[in-house]
Amino acid sequence: MKIARISHAAIQPDEGLAALAGLGGGAVSSFTGIARDDGGVTAIELEHYPGMTEASLHRLIEAATARWSLLGAVITHRVGIVPVGAPVVVVGAASLHRAEALAATAFLIDRLKTEAPFWKREHYADGTAKWVDAKASDDARAERWA
Amino acid sequence: MKLVYFARVREAIGLSSEECDVPPDARSVGDLVAWISARSDEHARALHDLSRLRFALDQEMVADDALLGAAKELAIFPPVTGG
Repeated sequence: MKIARISHAAIQPDEGLAALAGLGGGAVSSFTGIARDDGGVTAIELEHYPGMTEASLHRLIEAATARWSLLGAVITHRVGIVPVGAPVVVVGAASLHRAEALAATAFLIDRLKTEAPFWKREHYADGTAKWVDAKASDDARAERWA
Repeated sequence: MKLVYFARVREAIGLSSEECDVPPDARSVGDLVAWISARSDEHARALHDLSRLRFALDQEMVADDALLGAAKELAIFPPVTGG
């Protein structure tokens, strides 16, 4: 099972994970990224590159399944306006034993952050908005998997 | 070639996409970006610092020295910040 999805509506993290749990493995691992109130932020807005985004998420899943013995992997990423407290991304992996699912989950989110064409803008209570800058620490985490 | 812009680059230029006829002497992504910069003050401001931009040719991430070849679409955007 390999699923990469862009969602314009609220993500239900349990949906993809329930499907992973039904694959017969002994381990499901997941990461959920949540829109965070960073000093007055009320919502995060996500822009993406339709077409390239889906292809890049599928490529990440292919890379993870080539590297680890996985029964399945899912990525669901929100676009549009995401209120603080709501999920922005859910990444999950299933395997026979925990090591593969745990490693694949970290790989998928680390590489997604530096490769998938999404851009984040923070909206503030006073009506202003600011594009988020890429972080060098994200590049360093992604390079661990090179 | 179709040019597409995202995030800060889209806002600075004021367009999400436009068409351009690639000049014969533009061989690489960097060559073409330098040429596009001359279109307006907004283009110049958005595109002057290649180190702060990322590029995709036909939806494949590439470096600024990548050759344009027969590509039909060049995307120009800031480093990605999803997740």
